[in-house]
Amino acid sequence: MRPFTYERAASPADAARAASRQPGARFIAGGTNLLDLMKLQIETPAHLIDVNRLGLDRIEPTPEGGLRIGALVRNTDLAADARVRHDYGVLARALLAGASGQLRNKATTAGNLLQRTRCPYFYDTAQPCNKRQPGSGCAAIGGVTRQLAVIGASEACIATHPSDMAVAMRALDAVVETVRADGATRRIPIAEFHRLPGETPHVETALEAGELITAVTLPPPLGGHHAYRKVRDRASYAFALVSVAAVVQRDGSGRVALGGVAHRPWRVEAAEAELPRGAKRAMAAILDGARPTHENAFKLTLAERTLASVLAEARG
Amino acid sequence: MSRVTLRVNGEERSLELDPRTTLLDALREQLQLTGSKKGCDHGQCGACTVMVEGRRIYSCLTLAVMHDGEAVTTIEGLGRPDALHPMQAAFVKHDGYQCGYCTPGQICASVATLQEIEAGIPSHVTADLTAAPQLTAEEIRERMSGNICRCGAYSNIVEAITEVAGRPA
Ligand SMILES: Cc1cc2nc3c(=O)[nH]c(=O)nc-3n(C[C@H](O)[C@H](O)[C@H](O)COP(=O)(O)OP(=O)(O)OC[C@H]3O[C@@H](n4cnc5c(N)ncnc54)[C@H](O)[C@@H]3O)c2cc1C
Ligand code: SF4
Ligand code: FES
Ligand code: FES
Repeated sequence: MRPFTYERAASPADAARAASRQPGARFIAGGTNLLDLMKLQIETPAHLIDVNRLGLDRIEPTPEGGLRIGALVRNTDLAADARVRHDYGVLARALLAGASGQLRNKATTAGNLLQRTRCPYFYDTAQPCNKRQPGSGCAAIGGVTRQLAVIGASEACIATHPSDMAVAMRALDAVVETVRADGATRRIPIAEFHRLPGETPHVETALEAGELITAVTLPPPLGGHHAYRKVRDRASYAFALVSVAAVVQRDGSGRVALGGVAHRPWRVEAAEAELPRGAKRAMAAILDGARPTHENAFKLTLAERTLASVLAEARG
Repeated sequence: MSRVTLRVNGEERSLELDPRTTLLDALREQLQLTGSKKGCDHGQCGACTVMVEGRRIYSCLTLAVMHDGEAVTTIEGLGRPDALHPMQAAFVKHDGYQCGYCTPGQICASVATLQEIEAGIPSHVTADLTAAPQLTAEEIRERMSGNICRCGAYSNIVEAITEVAGRPA
């Protein structure tokens, strides 16, 4: 690990101020992704701002009947919250499908949204990677692509976003709340939060430098059948090859977001009209324009079958 | 250098350390508590599992400075050779190990697993999210998936945990 200085922020606004003041500063929450990458010198912050004791660890009802989840709420606590289990089952299920008990005890809401890709070439500092080192090229293109994106990728990067939680939040239309260095706050819809790689795969979200996530809010409950189905190479403690987050109503209408297929949680609202006509029609519309490699084309079939299984379960 | 006070296994310990020091390295290198093991150092094996403020975490993926003032329990604090914790005794009885390298982490995670089920925290295999989770072998296996055993002692580990949980395996 490269040397860094460390401070504990006194308030959310103070944290955002400190981050804009110090070049190379980063927030640290659970640390489970950032420290992993710092040990490999993929992340090399000069200054760490600890945001763990800012009181951002509460889950509260919103006036609209939704839920406001503090940025520092641990994944375990969010999945165990009675309101989340009852009204936002897709989110509880997605959280519980991720990582391990030890990691969920530490991982936070904000940190989970901002975790970085698991592209094997991003982790291998001997390889070119536009995300790790802008302009250096992409070793994954033409390399081992089994785990990588099948849709929304670019000539610069074909990585996927690894979070399970974010896929459920995309299906639920969550909103990310932030504070900037000047104290100004804003609300970013989750659909606009994560970016496609384009020419700048190192720019992964809509956040500005030093902008601190304070909370994620969920709209009022949708009702319906909630499911998160994750397919992976081992039964637990592994990232998704493909995952499906779905909320399906009695009349067969619903919402679907996919994990493991793109640089961000993948949802195509216009395709959801096809849901009552079955998984084949719906998935063809959701993955319209997919450009898989010969190694990851299986994800298209897998996504369709996973959705078929979720829809069958929803019909009961 | 940073100053950090930890309450380790019930004792206040003051440390002077580089902020880069992980909790695992602080325990092993500075406090000579070498029960917690370094398997992967990247959150992928569970050998470094300890309890912080009563919750199990991987001590390799956290900085000691982030835990100033907090209580840490390691395998050394759970029991002693002449007064084993029931989970330690059950691992011995059921042969829940071969080489023993993963065992301190397994035992810390096992104790926490039973507490988490007791506290009603659901898991990936809990069928009904709105009901209290059941103490089944399936639940134990899923909740222990964050601890890898290279020797493959898994079935004996499940038996040990099941016995402590008060159910026949
Ligand atoms: C072995 C292993 C297996 C895993 N398996 C899965 C899995 O199956 N599914 C899954 O979804 N995840 C998985 N994970 C990833 C895990 O979920 C993430 O590491 C975790 O969610 C990150 O949260 P954190 O709080 O520890 O983030 P940190 O490491 O503290 O931070 C991550 C990033 O977010 C930034 N940040 C943190 N808080 C804020 C804030 N409030 N505002 C702005 N920026 C902030 C940090 O600066 C950093 O860049 C796995 C991890 C490991 C090590
Ligand atoms: S796919 Fe993206 S993350 Fe992977 S090597 Fe290419 S640029 Fe890097
Ligand atoms: S050493 Fe910490 S998880 Fe492997
Ligand atoms: S007993 Fe050898 S690794 Fe588990």
